[in-house]
Amino acid sequence: MPLIRFDVVVSTILFHTIMSKKMKFSLITCAVMVALCTPVAALSAAENQAEKNQPISNEADNINKQQIKSLEQRLLAVETKINSSENEVVANNNRQAVMSQQGNNIFNPAISVIFDGVYASYNNHPEDYKLPGYALGGEAELSASGFSLGHSEIIMSSNVDDKFYGQLTLAIAEHDGETEIELEEAFFETLALGNGFTLRGGRFYSGIGYLNQQHQHAWDFYDAPLIYRGLFGNQYRDDGIRLSYIAATNLFLEVGAEAFSGSKYPAGGQHDDVGSWTSFVNLGGDVGVSHSWQAGLSYWQADDISREYGGHAHGGAVETPVFKGDTNTIGLNAIYKWAPNGNYREQNFKLQFEYFKREDEGDVVLENSNPLEASSLNGKQDGWYLQAIWQFAREWRVGARYDSLSSDNRGSDVAVLNEAGLVADGHMPTRSSVMAEWKASEFSRIRLQYNYDDSYQQSDQQLFLQYTMSLGAHGAHAF
Amino acid sequence: MLFDKLINGQYRYFLLAICGLFFSASSQATLNVFACEPEWAALANVLGGEKLSIFSATTSMQDPHYIQARPSLIAKARRADLLICTGAELEAGWLPLLIRKAANTKIQPGNSGHFFAADFVSKLGVPEQLDRSHGDVHGEGNPHIHTSPKYILRVATELKKRLIQIDESNQDFYQKKFDAFEKRWLLSMQRWEQQAAVLKDVKIVAHHEYWVYLNDWTGMHLLATLEPVPGVSPGSSHLVSLKKRIANNDVKMIMHVAYVNDRAATWLSEQSGVPVVSIAATVDFQNGESLTAWFDGVIEKLVVAANK
Repeated sequence: MPLIRFDVVVSTILFHTIMSKKMKFSLITCAVMVALCTPVAALSAAENQAEKNQPISNEADNINKQQIKSLEQRLLAVETKINSSENEVVANNNRQAVMSQQGNNIFNPAISVIFDGVYASYNNHPEDYKLPGYALGGEAELSASGFSLGHSEIIMSSNVDDKFYGQLTLAIAEHDGETEIELEEAFFETLALGNGFTLRGGRFYSGIGYLNQQHQHAWDFYDAPLIYRGLFGNQYRDDGIRLSYIAATNLFLEVGAEAFSGSKYPAGGQHDDVGSWTSFVNLGGDVGVSHSWQAGLSYWQADDISREYGGHAHGGAVETPVFKGDTNTIGLNAIYKWAPNGNYREQNFKLQFEYFKREDEGDVVLENSNPLEASSLNGKQDGWYLQAIWQFAREWRVGARYDSLSSDNRGSDVAVLNEAGLVADGHMPTRSSVMAEWKASEFSRIRLQYNYDDSYQQSDQQLFLQYTMSLGAHGAHAF
Repeated sequence: MLFDKLINGQYRYFLLAICGLFFSASSQATLNVFACEPEWAALANVLGGEKLSIFSATTSMQDPHYIQARPSLIAKARRADLLICTGAELEAGWLPLLIRKAANTKIQPGNSGHFFAADFVSKLGVPEQLDRSHGDVHGEGNPHIHTSPKYILRVATELKKRLIQIDESNQDFYQKKFDAFEKRWLLSMQRWEQQAAVLKDVKIVAHHEYWVYLNDWTGMHLLATLEPVPGVSPGSSHLVSLKKRIANNDVKMIMHVAYVNDRAATWLSEQSGVPVVSIAATVDFQNGESLTAWFDGVIEKLVVAANK
């Protein structure tokens, strides 16, 4: 096959550069090269081995002439049967053609509707919630006590044509007593770029981290990990484009980069061109038939932003802390999954770890304060979570999670930082959670979750009873 | 530094050797085949032999409905020249995502590298009404088509055409392979039909409507399933009612798919005295089993149970 293979081109370049010694490599390039090279070698060896093991059947050689004669008669009979079944297929197709004439609905996109509701119980008042060292923003607030609905989602997706796929996610939620329809996602993705490249454009969840790209209804716990709540206001999405590449190797290797408007939390403000950038690398593979893993490294950067934290009234106008400056976040994640014989239906186990570290460099201004209060900010915030989920029977899953955060925010006016919620006062937020869930089928789930929450100085105990129902199309979930 | 050593020092030849493997690996003239289920991997192996490099995404011990779109599978699909799957929504929970993520034009729906076996046969069990209270039903009908030898031959005919379409230069090779397979398969079918004559009108209970095509072909009669509706685990009240129905009918066996938990089947067997016949869901391709060997095993087990 006269195909131009990306890896051949790359290795040719590598070969020439090594010979000429003119170009300097970065360590990363080298690492990627090695990652690209080795699995191919391992693969071809493994495949050769596998081919040798395939049975070679010689039954045909032992057939005598008489048998062949009777066979040929039989063949004729079966061919007639097959022809008639071909006719059946044609008839089927005709039936389908009739169906499609009955309406254009057959081309409707796949639609799923997700219902999500909770009964929440807190020891502390949920409105008192804070995360010292992490001024909160985005959708970081706790849900109300008692019964409430989460995001009711409508997801529509379809291939646009042979070149593009499109997806729309609408979230209907109540904010401050008003029902709002939120455009969570609206993006297209290429199908036909080929050679491992995919371009995505529109509004979508960024590829940074592991959990960030998963819809809330696919999470293993009711609430987001503390580090996601603290840094991203639960999840980071924005309007922009993504280019990703999957290498033609046996080891899964994905590299991607995104460019966003930079107007969404934790960025913010107006940007004439690109406001924030990300890049990420994901590796993954199997160990034997029962074990799978994935590991990722991601980086997010936004310059000259105006990040608005959730404000609060302070005897008059609402004072809103705003961070103005440059910010970057680095993330690490590792996922391990196990199922006996690789059969996830009955039992499986999942271990998930993520770490993020953010650096902010700029100023914090308390908008609407009089006189205007401001401080410089040199902020460092980092944290991680580790969670394990065990499905011990078809319908039952249990899980545990531990969250831990720390921060070191410095500035010219500690009082302003304190007012903004950026002073931790030596408190390191932690949280321990356990959950159990029951799934009647793939489409419904009821979950009970308990948190021992040390987010701030007054420890809180939280209990959630949550239902998630999925109607309509059978969505496919990522690893 | 290690890196300088790599470029200038003794490791230089090692690095060159690794990259040399790139060329050897990419000069392989074989077609990469990604089979969703082992039965199609085995069929491709019979029809394509050494011209194909075959990978099966699942084993006979995995429920193909519940597969994770794992990184390793994406990497394999990325390099595939031909994707062979059952279709009929069997892989709906993972395959669409896998195909999109793999960013491989060849295996996109509508292209020659995209082959759904169930597209070429008429399916049983097409629901008249689509409602999830009837369980995880497949709108296109029962997808477990590989349990009928008749359908295997039908799919083989189409797969041969597809292989020739993708790899025209080896047309004669594929045609010869197919002709030989067809003769062998017809002989085997003749043998199985003779052996399976005793299975006609035998009443059975199964965990799931997994064997409907086999039942149709052998004339076995599926009285009831352990699952009250597809995809839902058997509850105790349903099992108790099954026990009564079994007592009132001459049920010969409880057919059980090896990858499914056997608690319910075993309980019912103990209660009713009807034996459980546990059968591998499909070919053990990874350990070199052939389609013929698998069917031999299936028929043998059923015949033994029916003669008891």
